[in-house]
Amino acid sequence: MAERRQKVLVLYLANSALDAPVIAWAEYDGTGETLHMAGDADEAPYATGLAALKDGWRLLQASQLLPHPRGEEFDLAYLKYEFFFEKLVEMA
Amino acid sequence: MTNEPPLLSSKQMASFVARGFLRFDAAVPDDINAQFLDEAGRVAEARPGQGMRATYGGMLAGAAIPEVAAGTPLDDAYPAGSAIRRMLDLPLVRGAIRSLVGEAPVFDHHFLHVTFPPRYHEAGGSENVSQHTHQDSTIDPRRAFDIQIMYYPHAVTRPMGGTRFIPGTHLRKVSEVALGRYQNIRGQQHMVCEAGTLLFLHHGVWHGGGVNLSEATRTMFKIRIQATTSQVRQWDVSDLQPDAAQRPIFFVKQRQDPETVAAILTTPEPWFEQDTGRLEYVNRVKLWRYLTADPTFDADYWMTRLENEAGAAA
Repeated sequence: MAERRQKVLVLYLANSALDAPVIAWAEYDGTGETLHMAGDADEAPYATGLAALKDGWRLLQASQLLPHPRGEEFDLAYLKYEFFFEKLVEMA
Repeated sequence: MTNEPPLLSSKQMASFVARGFLRFDAAVPDDINAQFLDEAGRVAEARPGQGMRATYGGMLAGAAIPEVAAGTPLDDAYPAGSAIRRMLDLPLVRGAIRSLVGEAPVFDHHFLHVTFPPRYHEAGGSENVSQHTHQDSTIDPRRAFDIQIMYYPHAVTRPMGGTRFIPGTHLRKVSEVALGRYQNIRGQQHMVCEAGTLLFLHHGVWHGGGVNLSEATRTMFKIRIQATTSQVRQWDVSDLQPDAAQRPIFFVKQRQDPETVAAILTTPEPWFEQDTGRLEYVNRVKLWRYLTADPTFDADYWMTRLENEAGAAA
């Protein structure tokens, strides 16, 4: 049986809907065929999360929607709508 | 004749509050740029087996740039006649520093940032990659802010991997490189500039060094500066409109003036989430209130709506 490697795609969307626009992204290629790094692309690989699904990416995890603690309603930190996807690639 | 430097305008300050940066292209004359590069010193050519740490260490040791203790008055940080002192004494630079951090600021730290062409990494056996995006220092909950001056003493081309930064990220309270997972963010900018360009950053702006794919080393010098006195109304406030009336919002029939403080503070960045983008406006208004010492200021009713307790008081 051929060995399989994982490609990971992380999309950050404009709201919690999977068909919302992509505002940030990251890619990690476990096959070693490509190398991605900070600042390597100014255009997103997909327009929305749904577009990634249609291209064969499998959704692994979506960030939770959490209530806003009283007194911290306006505090902002990390990007809120994070979606992890994977593709499994059979190695030759 | 006055010795007062030209101060920033209210529009420039509002833009800094909204976006976290001000850029001044080719602001430093060529003779100061050349002097700085001489003082920084020439980087030794790549040698097989020599790692990047050794190359960097040799460069810092040989640079004619002083070690300076944190907390030193900025006016005392650099010797008279040195390139950095001359750069800091330029009227534009003095005026911008005064406008942003007030009188008598102190030096926090500085660093000579150099990115190396691929041959250095090949010689040293290291991978040539960009720096993860980060916010400098550590979690910083203050409303007050430090500034970081990024000085580009030579022209920077896109392949040289100039500083990458994301406008408008400065008001987010994050922990340094915890956000390293964000490889690319819509609206990110890469510094491509002429020699002598200066980038003034709010300390919170997310940024990182790009990967250098050119044949030449890339040099950038960063100085972090902290206020010791009030940051309130230190710029040229002559263009500040007192008690500016609120403008119509949402239902508007024609394009509104994009140059007002309210318009500048409510201009979104391409990466804004649809809901938290509104919280960014709230936080910009809070920072503008801090800088103007005007607790009633609002832009497009974002704060006034939230502060209306009329019903509860009845």
